[in-house]
Amino acid sequence: MLRTAYSLASIVLACWITASGASAQQTLRIAMTTADVPTTTGAPNQGLEGFRFAGFPTFEPLVRWDLRVTETVPPVVPWLARSFESDPADRKRWVFTLREGVKFHDGSELTADAVVWNFERFFNESAPHYEKNAAALARVWLSVVDKWEKLDKYRVAVFTKEPTSYFPEVMTAFLVASPAGYEAAGQDWQKFSAAPSGTGPFRITRVTRTSIEMSKNPDYWNKERAAKLDRIVLLPMPEATTRLAALRSGQVDWIEVPPPDAISGLKSAGFDVVTSKFPHIWPYWLKTTGDSPFKDARVRQAFNYAIDRDAVLALLNGAGEPAFGFWKKGDPRFGNPKNDYKYDPAKAKALLMEAGYKPGELVKVKAIISTSGSGQMLPLPMNEVVQQGAKAAGFDIEFVVVEWAQLIQNTRINPNSPQMQGVVAVNSSLTTADMNWFFRSFYPPNWSDWQNPEAKGLMEAYRTEFDLEKRTAMLKRIHELLVDDAPWAWIVHDTNPRAFNKKVKGYTPAQSWFNDLTTVYIQ
Amino acid sequence: MLEFIARRSLQAIPVLFGVSVAVFLLVNMMPGSAIDVLLPPEATQELVDQVKRIYGLDRPIWQRYFSWLLLLLSGDLGTSVFSAKAIGPDLFDALKNTLQLAVLSAAVGFSSGTLLGFFAATSSSRAVDKVLSIFAIIGVSIPHYWLGIVLVVVFSVLLNWLPAQGMGEPGLPLSWEQIQHLILPVMTLSLIPMGIIARLVRATVLEVLSRDLVPSLDARGLHRPTVLRHVAKNAAPAILALMGLQFGYLLGGSILIETVFNWPGVGNLLNLAIFRRDIPVIQATILTLALFFVLINLAVDILQAVIDARMRRT
Repeated sequence: MLRTAYSLASIVLACWITASGASAQQTLRIAMTTADVPTTTGAPNQGLEGFRFAGFPTFEPLVRWDLRVTETVPPVVPWLARSFESDPADRKRWVFTLREGVKFHDGSELTADAVVWNFERFFNESAPHYEKNAAALARVWLSVVDKWEKLDKYRVAVFTKEPTSYFPEVMTAFLVASPAGYEAAGQDWQKFSAAPSGTGPFRITRVTRTSIEMSKNPDYWNKERAAKLDRIVLLPMPEATTRLAALRSGQVDWIEVPPPDAISGLKSAGFDVVTSKFPHIWPYWLKTTGDSPFKDARVRQAFNYAIDRDAVLALLNGAGEPAFGFWKKGDPRFGNPKNDYKYDPAKAKALLMEAGYKPGELVKVKAIISTSGSGQMLPLPMNEVVQQGAKAAGFDIEFVVVEWAQLIQNTRINPNSPQMQGVVAVNSSLTTADMNWFFRSFYPPNWSDWQNPEAKGLMEAYRTEFDLEKRTAMLKRIHELLVDDAPWAWIVHDTNPRAFNKKVKGYTPAQSWFNDLTTVYIQ
Repeated sequence: MLEFIARRSLQAIPVLFGVSVAVFLLVNMMPGSAIDVLLPPEATQELVDQVKRIYGLDRPIWQRYFSWLLLLLSGDLGTSVFSAKAIGPDLFDALKNTLQLAVLSAAVGFSSGTLLGFFAATSSSRAVDKVLSIFAIIGVSIPHYWLGIVLVVVFSVLLNWLPAQGMGEPGLPLSWEQIQHLILPVMTLSLIPMGIIARLVRATVLEVLSRDLVPSLDARGLHRPTVLRHVAKNAAPAILALMGLQFGYLLGGSILIETVFNWPGVGNLLNLAIFRRDIPVIQATILTLALFFVLINLAVDILQAVIDARMRRT
């Protein structure tokens, strides 16, 4: 009798424990800074944050940044491709060998046909599945792609327009969507976006105007990188105070970019605020020709000595670090520039006098800044702090304030055009992890009209140099020239703070704009 | 009466046509296009121009206007340049969401404003009049987005009684979870109409009370509530007209409140479309809101005509 009762009790207890474990679903709710839900067809809009949350967790590229590496800038490693190589006989040709047995969320297999189908989706206007909006974005991300060719069931050759040594980095933006999933959606990208199919550790299960929900992919091909979370809910919340209130009231577990003045309050209330060595630069682009005061390198250097970086960082409450160049000190590409820019009004004034300015004479600078924008941090107060510090060091900065869309447009037009209203500096931030952007910024023609023959020659050589050590050495030298010749004013780097409640564990802060959500779990 | 309704309805057509031309011209005068925003900042001007050609955004303005008008007349509100989605469903959803806020805020604001103003005007105590008037002034003076933030801090963050943002599950607010999401934004949004209506009601009722009408009704021996009913009927046309306008403004969506509470309404949609230069969305949204304004004012005119037969002659 007793034994029966004991057995029954054990069974009941076991059932209760199992039920409790099964019902404790791990759900992470994230408040993004985006104003809208990113597109979910595998070509996310809303900038790099769209990639971060609606891209990589559900769609994957052939090669990807290894986001579990935190000590250095993450390397590009094979991902859906198990190997990739540049053809030594034709440096415009890259061969990607796919992993076998990788399945899309709909169960169909990833093959070279699927990869070719995705290239057609972006580049072939007469393909029935051509996606116009995605194609517009792809023309920018994958601008160096020329053509592609299926070699066999698991190998694809991709050709670039010119030899491009950094092509693997470019290919991290090529996300692979499922052709079978598209067929199942009636060949309609809008329907596909409601039930997308990629290969990622998470599968998008619901898309509304105000949220994206994704669930763990139990059949994920990479068992070592399987997700710990069962479910993620993404909520666009562009207003920083709203995100803060949502976190503090328990409506969400993780917020991107808390307001800087709320950081100490969050920490004392028991929330975790994490930052990272974020590859970002918040600079002024300086016009180096024409009637600009910055056509003299000494004036550009003086301007860099006139920036009070500590005052700007005090405003940010630790959500930034000082910038001394495009990359950060400690980065293997930083090199040994002669100038180590710190706020030094005396040095700035001395340089201005060398350049022919009289003592007390202020250099007039008209700078275009935005009211907000992706990566722009707090542009209005930050620029006011820069203006105050620069005034004491010999520079009188006047602002032309425009909205973000207008600023982007202005960076694309000729700086000498009347539309620029005599502007000689642009405050526009960017990622420092994208070589396309690097070339666009510093290889002629560029907005600053910077034409340093040595730097130009090195950048051309870099494109065709496939030895990593030699490439790093070239970048070091280019960077030294960038710092010393100063076509830009190097002000601060964002550290991209995010805040979590205490239950969120396992976050790994890669030196990247992207995160590996598979390491995160709820305790 | 039918002739009055028909006349008023026909007058709406040239109004809407004029709005379509004005909206189209104004939004197309904005510098930049959706392509400038759609493409990442590192896109060159040449690429931007290439993509604009693909989207037909390099056509002459009159061609673009007539293409859009023809589409509109066939019942198609167009496609968003930014998201490539049909505008109609998103706009309809945003309108429903704003309608929830607008209807409830109007109900709360108009009823409380009317009561405040009526009691202020009819109270025999000057102190009561003053206190109630102060409430009304507070309603029009306090920045409502600031109030929204304060309410969130108190009720969501400190007390944890109500959610800080969002609308919960979409659809009619039938569950407590959905109703909870409405409380703070409705409280915030109803403040301004409450203040405006209260002040107008007070002024209008005082004006009616000063006419010969009231003494003559008193002389006939009518009870006070009956007299006040007559006063209300005389004051109603002006108040109704203002309520119609206020409801129209509420329906336009308060972008500030929708931002603070992350409410996916029309204000949010329009604001986003403006920043993105998503001209088809801007045009469709403004034209739809104009249509609602016209319909609301038509309804108000009809209601006024029902209350006051003299209005039917206009």
